[in-house]
Amino acid sequence: MAASAQVTVTVGSVLLEYTGGRARLSAAGATVGEALDALDRAHAGFKWRVVDEQGRLRPHMALFVNGAPVRDLKRPLRDGDDVRLLQALSGG
Amino acid sequence: MESRTRKRASARPALLLGTAKGGFILAEANGAWRLSAPMQFGSKVNDFRLDPRDGRTLLLASNGGHLGPTLYRSVDRGRTWTEATQPPKFAPASRAKRFAGTSRGRAVKTNFWLEPAAPSNPGAWYCGTTPPALFRSDDAGATWRGVDGWNENPSWATWTSGGDSGTPDGSMLHSIVVDPRDPAHLFVGVSSGGVFESRDAGASWAPLNRGVAADFLPPGDHAFGHDPHHVVAHPADPDRLYQQNHCGFYRLDRKKGDAWKRVGRNLPKEIGDVGFGVAVHPTDRDVAWMFPMDGTRLWPRTSPGGRPCVFRTDDGGRTWKRLDRGLPKRDAWFTVMRQALCADDVAEATGVYFGTTSGEVWGSFDRGASWRSLAAHLPRIYSVRVARFR
Repeated sequence: MAASAQVTVTVGSVLLEYTGGRARLSAAGATVGEALDALDRAHAGFKWRVVDEQGRLRPHMALFVNGAPVRDLKRPLRDGDDVRLLQALSGG
Repeated sequence: MESRTRKRASARPALLLGTAKGGFILAEANGAWRLSAPMQFGSKVNDFRLDPRDGRTLLLASNGGHLGPTLYRSVDRGRTWTEATQPPKFAPASRAKRFAGTSRGRAVKTNFWLEPAAPSNPGAWYCGTTPPALFRSDDAGATWRGVDGWNENPSWATWTSGGDSGTPDGSMLHSIVVDPRDPAHLFVGVSSGGVFESRDAGASWAPLNRGVAADFLPPGDHAFGHDPHHVVAHPADPDRLYQQNHCGFYRLDRKKGDAWKRVGRNLPKEIGDVGFGVAVHPTDRDVAWMFPMDGTRLWPRTSPGGRPCVFRTDDGGRTWKRLDRGLPKRDAWFTVMRQALCADDVAEATGVYFGTTSGEVWGSFDRGASWRSLAAHLPRIYSVRVARFR
């Protein structure tokens, strides 16, 4: 079992209602999915808006770890990783 | 006391509007219709309803498009909202199916239709979704669970084309009809699936599509695969059903059998009987309204000829009357979606209302004989629902 990492997660404006208005958060987890689970425990309802019931990142969510795009929530994390959860807003 | 009660019941209701950019409440005050501030602003709101059993609880279906679909509840006329702690969602696909590659699992994309359960089940609601699934809440919308008799039915994939019939907004489950005499008696409509009936609270289902045309299927009789747009049971006689279908307007008297009759054939040929919504009178089972749409060639689905009109029948569809006084006489190319045509729900009232894809709300206070604009310049309107707050 991989060690839990402490990471920074930056979220876009559409998620601020869940984070008390904070765009920059700290989370612990061995993987991206675990970090999102930790954020959901701290901010109820957060994960459902980002990940569907089959564990897939929703289509218009854009997730980056240290600047690289990530879709696989099993992606391992290391201490100090920079996670950004942004929205590919589209449509009129 | 009695006259005060009657006066309150016949007062004009508020209208709950679900639009592409949020929910609104439109209500009359001192003779003028006033619009609330937007609620859940920025969300696509496919349905927005008041619980008629308590006259207090509002449920709003929020579909962000970018964020996962959820539901909000308010008990103070929309001033504050609480999100469902467990919105409608499917169970995760089994490891075996994932491994075999037979299923990656279903995910709710849109909470499309909200329906209060029977009066004898206060706090109970149904929600129809895209893909076409049925969910139920027994705690006023806080938590939802799947109706397994439908969602996990062995015929589900067959009846619903695997849950994705290729329609532009996805195949949805809509028109959840609860028999007020028997809460276990249900009907649902499924786009490119048909009408289905359950007599055991959703544990088992059977198609109910005999007599309905499906010109997008090969010739022959089909048990399912039809495209209902909106199905209603008349509140005064729940055995009387009306259906606005992709292929015409139908009536079914369930006590007399299971064959729908295309009473839309009695509309003028140049208008046709294509439409999305149907509204019924609160007490007279023979009175219904429909908003015809252009279903020719490329199916533009706008008001025919750019001249919007409502048609009303007073005799169960045998004859129809065109009602367009006050509506634009030309150059009005809008559509009225299936939840966006409704009628007053109390006997003393005579209101009929519709919202357009171009963001206008129209109202009639004489059973459709004349119309006036109640609101304009709104986002695309998906739903207009009558609400009587208590």
